[in-house]
Amino acid sequence: MNYPVIYSINGPVIKVRDTNVFSMREMVYVGNRRLVGEVIGLTAAETTIQVYEGTSGLRIGEPVAPTGSPMSVTLGPGILSNIFDGIERPLRVLESKSGAFIADGLDVPVLDSEKTYPVTIKVREGATVHPGEVYASCPETSVILHLCMVPPHLSGIIVYTAPNGDYHVNDEIVRLEDANGVVHSLTLCQKWPIRQARPSVKRLAPNRPMITGQRVIDTMFPVARGGAAAIPGGFGTGKTMTQHQIAKWCDADIIVYIGCGERGNEMTQVLEEFTALTDPRTGRSLMERTVLIANTSNMPVAAREASIYTGITLAEYYRDMGYHIAIMADSTSRWAEALREISGRLEEMPAEEGFPAYLPSRLSEFYERTGCYETLSDRKGSITVIGAVSPQGSDFSEPVTQNTKRFVRCFWGLDKSLAYARHYPAINWNLSYSEYLDELADYYNTEVNPNFTKARAEIAAILKEEQSLMDIVRLIGADVLPDDQKLIIEIARLVRVGFLQQNAFHKEDTYVPLAKQYRMMEVILHTYHLSQTLLSQGVTLRAILASGVYDKIVKIKYDIPNHDLDAFDTLIAEIDAKLQALPEKKEMIS
Amino acid sequence: MSLQYHGLHSVSGSLIVLDHVSGVSNEEMARIIMEDGSVRTGKVAMLEGDRAVLQVYEGTKGLSLTNTKIQFIGRPMEIPLSGDMLGRVFTGAGRPADGLGEVAAEKYADINGLPLNPVSRQYPRNFIQTGISAIDCLMTLIRGQKLPIFSGTGLSHNKLAVQIVQQARIAEENGQQFAVVFATIGIQHDVAEFFRRSFEESGVLQNVVMFLNLANDPIIERIITPRCALTAAEYLAYEKHMHILVVMTDISAYAEALREFSSSKGEIPGRKGYPGYLYSDLASLYERAGIIEGIDGSVTQLPILTMPNDDITHPVPDLTGYITEGQIVLDRSLEQEGVYPPIAVLPSLSRLMKDGIGEGYTRADHAAVSNQLFASYAQVQDARSLASVIGEEELSDLDRAYLRFGTYFEQCFVAQRFDENRSIEETLDLGWTLLSLLPKSALDRVDNALLDEHYNPSAAEALVQKVKEQHV
Repeated sequence: MNYPVIYSINGPVIKVRDTNVFSMREMVYVGNRRLVGEVIGLTAAETTIQVYEGTSGLRIGEPVAPTGSPMSVTLGPGILSNIFDGIERPLRVLESKSGAFIADGLDVPVLDSEKTYPVTIKVREGATVHPGEVYASCPETSVILHLCMVPPHLSGIIVYTAPNGDYHVNDEIVRLEDANGVVHSLTLCQKWPIRQARPSVKRLAPNRPMITGQRVIDTMFPVARGGAAAIPGGFGTGKTMTQHQIAKWCDADIIVYIGCGERGNEMTQVLEEFTALTDPRTGRSLMERTVLIANTSNMPVAAREASIYTGITLAEYYRDMGYHIAIMADSTSRWAEALREISGRLEEMPAEEGFPAYLPSRLSEFYERTGCYETLSDRKGSITVIGAVSPQGSDFSEPVTQNTKRFVRCFWGLDKSLAYARHYPAINWNLSYSEYLDELADYYNTEVNPNFTKARAEIAAILKEEQSLMDIVRLIGADVLPDDQKLIIEIARLVRVGFLQQNAFHKEDTYVPLAKQYRMMEVILHTYHLSQTLLSQGVTLRAILASGVYDKIVKIKYDIPNHDLDAFDTLIAEIDAKLQALPEKKEMIS
Repeated sequence: MSLQYHGLHSVSGSLIVLDHVSGVSNEEMARIIMEDGSVRTGKVAMLEGDRAVLQVYEGTKGLSLTNTKIQFIGRPMEIPLSGDMLGRVFTGAGRPADGLGEVAAEKYADINGLPLNPVSRQYPRNFIQTGISAIDCLMTLIRGQKLPIFSGTGLSHNKLAVQIVQQARIAEENGQQFAVVFATIGIQHDVAEFFRRSFEESGVLQNVVMFLNLANDPIIERIITPRCALTAAEYLAYEKHMHILVVMTDISAYAEALREFSSSKGEIPGRKGYPGYLYSDLASLYERAGIIEGIDGSVTQLPILTMPNDDITHPVPDLTGYITEGQIVLDRSLEQEGVYPPIAVLPSLSRLMKDGIGEGYTRADHAAVSNQLFASYAQVQDARSLASVIGEEELSDLDRAYLRFGTYFEQCFVAQRFDENRSIEETLDLGWTLLSLLPKSALDRVDNALLDEHYNPSAAEALVQKVKEQHV
């Protein structure tokens, strides 16, 4: 067959002239080396294609082969514990083909076709199945049961089932006859276009937090299961660190970690650490419920653009099985930059700072694929996205941060000055917000403690008040403040250092359950109220501070183990005893 | 011999346009033969139908539309590589510049390299002792890391780079060789000479490969200089199993060359006129640092860039910071106070240090000391700004203790002599001594057991006394 040929080459963008064989968003093979590409523009005169691999060495006149289907990912067992590039090529297989450096034009199978899985067939011959219905299951890893679902556009009658047993991903296990009498062969895997959201029955309102074990997030600015949060921050403020912590500890069933245009060493670190780490809930390696998509900053830029969609499509597939997924996207700014670069090559009219005018619509398309869903398989699943944003020059007014803010309801603004003082997570409590607070209040008050939201509000008020007091202190020093205002500054310090600041490298402090988070707030507030009473009785703040109680509270995060919450009762009794002893001392002196 | 084309369609900036070409591949190299017989190098930047756009590395000055001949060589730009490159000096385009003739190539390699597969990387963990307290304790350099120096014009970044090269204990006991690949990008002749002389004096010159693009060399050549250097570094590291430290100065000049080239191509600019792909382009350099699993040898990068107007939010330092694994920031006011090296501790960072320090690497208390020093020094800044408003006398006792700590921290810990090589034990002990200037309750990043072991106010006062005597 005579394929159309390349007419022009400009970086990752190539053009083909005078042909009508292509359709928009179709995947194509470019050149003699069969580089993967995607059609991104069609006119009567020319077809524009972005190439997902390096175009060095490509010549005018080389063929461009259509595939007839849109850019798709393969979905099936073997995705978990794997590491892929932006267009779902398994990096371990690429390594075995081309060594340590990634060569172009490697065509490798997405899923291991040699491996067998013990499959249980879930349907009988003669049964009628609807889209999304589960027809087979197999354990994908020791912690995740993989469900094979009828593809969303298919329904009909089962005309053949294979017996239970061990099968490869491409073995036929079920045959289905649709209403037109066409027989479809179903294997363990299926394909789905990455730019199209997988269908579901309906969206559900988020009403449960995704628990991360990070106090500043869970208590102060929680993200709902099925919500979206943005972490913007300049370099060195700890975006990646925060994402690693969430990925390690959050209570999602499956983690999709997208390293989009970031550092190679970081992906290696995630791979090493997650393999070595034991998941506290399952007792198995964290990698068994994780999939990594690594398109590092030096890998082709067009594949970086695709990596975000690849990641969320994989997440949707597992959501359809009824799992709760957390996606870490690090960093959405690099994805936006890839859009900008491609847009520039297409000579499109730029909007703000050279970004294309469709940046906001692409961002909203992506973030709207999050949510809690009732799936076609009659299960409940959710996708939560934590998107890092890398604003240029730490300036939150730049287009990516601003447009992201419009589509996420939870905003964790990272602060350079906190990071400089090594206050991690450097989430600035004055900049950040969560719109989920009201929706999640019920959960906190029923599942943790009836006073949870009240305590949280009081902590937030203390921080707010400290901020306005600090404006005065910065001008005239702390000494001129009356004791009750100085107390607020001291209590706010307890909140900042003893509560908000969390040590990711300390074995107790790296993950803190909600119950302990509440007790820590309780101790701080209890001490606050007691100190207020004492001040009104004439005890000086200096005496209260000298009692050493505050220094002790700062260290409870280390001193009280996560499982021993009774220690808080002892601590509160001890604080009461020490502080209530103070007035007597004062009387003795006077 | 391939086809030879005569004449050009047009010349614009560093780009030339040729018509009626065929069979040319993208990013292929071309020899451009001038009227007088001299040869320049070009690279295919864009192809459209039978038209090709080439960028000319030596500049387009003197090119004529009619009498220029072009030969395409059928390959991307490659440089010859050999173990004998050590001790040699090359131009920014990789040609011998020391009169010792061509390198007998063991291999030719594409200077653009290929992306390193993340699964093939080995996560860097080996501490490199630089002998500089601020770096070793607070922003530890790790083998396989890329740690840039963010400096400004007139600061002592060159001196610091030389001291790091001289003192870095990068080689292991098993006799693996340590070598430096040094690339200058648009810097003055004197500066390049300073480096050469310093390498010579410290006796490492035979272990240095130099690629020199000086301020008066063609601007477009600056785009390939770091790529030649990194290709040489990768070869020496992964095929000759050496530990390579790549020093590149000045990345700002590189970015400017890229901007000039981009605007001559008529591309849509991003921030401050730099091309929208500046991030990806810088990443294609910086990401070439690393270690490959199962192969001895490593590439560690120490790029130097001068921040225009000392502005860390300028696109070049900003994008660099997003790619590199930390940064060493130099500060003008410290330099003016006579502190060498003028390292601004708070904005500096090493992302890889957390896994390369502590028991088995440096010392068990390393993380605690460095966290506490950072936290306390951040308090110093607050106390100083308060003191500048209300005066030192009005400060609380604690704030006054912070001021005192800040002064001695800068004078005794950050500052050191150009020839002073402190071991990591000395550095950490010094850190504890200085922390002991503060009341015990202010040290809230350290757990109590460590504090009891190391807290020593009398040693701190002795140090203060010693410093005072030196000043008298």
